[in-house]
Amino acid sequence: MSLDPHRRWRRRLLLAPTTLTLLLFMLLPMLLMAWMSVLAPDTYGGVRWHEWSVDAYVQFLYERDLDDSLTLNSDYLQIFGRSFLLAGFATVVTLLIGFPTALYIALKEEKTRQRLILLISIPFWTNLLVRTYAWMLLLRNGGLIDSSLSALGLSQGALDVLYTPTAVAIGFVYSFLPFMVLPIYTSLEKMDWRLVEAAFDLGANRWQALRRVILPLAMPGIVAGCLLVFIPAIGSYYIPELLGGGKSLMIGNLIQNQFGTARNWPFGAALSFMLLALVLLAMWVYTRRFQRPPGE
Amino acid sequence: MQASNNLWRFRGVTPTAMLAFVYLYLPIVVLVVLSFNANRIATLWTGFSFDWYLKVMDNDNILRATKNSLIIACGATVLATSFATMAALAMAGKRFRGQAFINAMLGLPLLVPEIVTAVASLLFFLALGLDLGLMTVLIAHTVFCIPFAYLPIRARLEGLDPRLAEAAADLYAGPFATFRRVTLPLILPGVLSGAMLAFIVSLDDFVITFFVAGAGATTLPVYIFGLIRMGITPEVNAVSALMLLVSIAFVALSYWMGQRKS
Repeated sequence: MSLDPHRRWRRRLLLAPTTLTLLLFMLLPMLLMAWMSVLAPDTYGGVRWHEWSVDAYVQFLYERDLDDSLTLNSDYLQIFGRSFLLAGFATVVTLLIGFPTALYIALKEEKTRQRLILLISIPFWTNLLVRTYAWMLLLRNGGLIDSSLSALGLSQGALDVLYTPTAVAIGFVYSFLPFMVLPIYTSLEKMDWRLVEAAFDLGANRWQALRRVILPLAMPGIVAGCLLVFIPAIGSYYIPELLGGGKSLMIGNLIQNQFGTARNWPFGAALSFMLLALVLLAMWVYTRRFQRPPGE
Repeated sequence: MQASNNLWRFRGVTPTAMLAFVYLYLPIVVLVVLSFNANRIATLWTGFSFDWYLKVMDNDNILRATKNSLIIACGATVLATSFATMAALAMAGKRFRGQAFINAMLGLPLLVPEIVTAVASLLFFLALGLDLGLMTVLIAHTVFCIPFAYLPIRARLEGLDPRLAEAAADLYAGPFATFRRVTLPLILPGVLSGAMLAFIVSLDDFVITFFVAGAGATTLPVYIFGLIRMGITPEVNAVSALMLLVSIAFVALSYWMGQRKS
C-alpha cells in the first residue's frame, strides 16, 4: 500500500513547516540546554563552550568550601521538596473540589451542562497572571478577606496570609481548578450511565456506585486532570513570585534566578533539565499505573 | 431525567460545585469592581470612576506593550494556524512511518513545563547570537501555538468523509482546487477555533515571553508583571480588568461561533 512518490512528496511538504519549527525551536533547544548543563559557567553569565563540568549537578547537592571540600547542602533539595509538596497539595485539593464539580455538571440537562462548562472554560482561557494578581487584592492585609473576617469578629489583627506558602497553595488551586474539572467532565460525559443504573438496580448504594462504577470509569479523566494540574504547578514561576514570600521559593523562581542575579547558566540549565526529568517521570509512572487493568 | 431520581443526588456534590464556581469568579468580580473605584487606596470603595481606565489609555508604555502583544499574537496565529492546517491534512491521510514521532513532538510544547521551554529557548537564541526582541518572541510563540491550533483542526478532519475529497479528484479537481473548494470550507470551523485558541494563548503568555523578550519587545503581560511587582495600584487594576474582559469576550465569542456552526 505504498503511495506513489508524488503523493509522498506532497505529504512531506505539508509536514515540513511544523516539523522543522518544532525540531529547530523546541527539540534542539532542549538538547542544547542538556548540553549546557554540563559546561562550566562564564563569569558574567554564559558558558565556556570547551570546558566540561558537572559542577552544576554537584552544586545542587553539595556546597564547595574554601578548601575545595564538599559538604552536603540541602537548600536546593528543600526547594524541590517544597515545590513537590505544594504542587501535590494543589493536585489533591483541586481533585477534591474538581471531581464533585464535574459530576454535578455531568448530571445536569444538556443545555445547562453546556453553559456550566462555558463558565468553567472562561477562567481556563483568561490570563493567569492577572487572575493571580486578583488574589493579591483579596488576600493582602486590609483586603476583602481580611476586612470581612475582622468585621465579622472572626480574626484578631491582620490576616498575614499573603506572601506565605498558604497563599501560593490558594493561588494554585484557583488557577488550575479548570484543568481538573474539564478532563474529568469529558470522561464522565462519555460514560454509559446505564452502568450506574445497573449498579443501583443491583442494590448498590450511592457510595458504592460512586466508588465501584463511576470512579473507575472516570479514571482517565482524573489522571489527565492530575497531570494537567501537577505539571504547571511544579514549574510555576509567577504564582510563588507574586503570592509567596521569600520562604516559599519554588523551582521556577530558582531557575529564573540563575538567569537574573545569580548569572549561572549551567546551573539554570541543570535545574530545568532536572525539572523536565521529574515531570517526564511523573507522566511515565502515572500512565504505567493507569494502563494496568483495574483490579490487578 | 437523571436528576429526578433521588438516588442520583450524591451528597455534598451541589455545595462543592457552588463553592467551586464562587471560588473561580469571586477574584475576577472583585478585580473588575475595584478597577472602577474612585479611591487611590485600592481597597476602600468610595465611588464609581472611569479615571483609571482613562489613565491607562493615556499611558504610552501600556499602549506600546499592547501593540507588541497584538503584533506577536497576530503573527504567531497566522504562522501557527497555517503550519498546523498543513500538518493536520498530512496527518489525516494514510498512516506512515514517523507519524508517532511527529505526534509526540506536537505534544511536547503542551507537556513540557513552560519555564523549561523558556530557559531552553533563551539559551538557544543566545547561543545563536540572536538579539532578543520581537523576532525571538514571535518564534517562541509560534512554537507553542502550533499544538493549540492543530488539535481542533485535526479533530475536525477526523469527522470528515474522505470520499468528498475523492469525489472532487474524480471530477478532475487538482489537489489545490480540492483543498480550496472542498476540504477548506468543511474544516473552516476547526481552523477558526484553532486560530482563536492560538491567538488567546499567545496574547496571554507570560513566562516564555518574559525570558525571550529582551528590553524592546515588552508585551502587555510582561509589562503588567513589572507593574504588579512594584505594587498594587488602581492603574494595575484597570489594565488587568481590561485584559480579563478581552479574554472573556474572546472565549464567549468562540463559544457562540461554535454553537452557531453545529
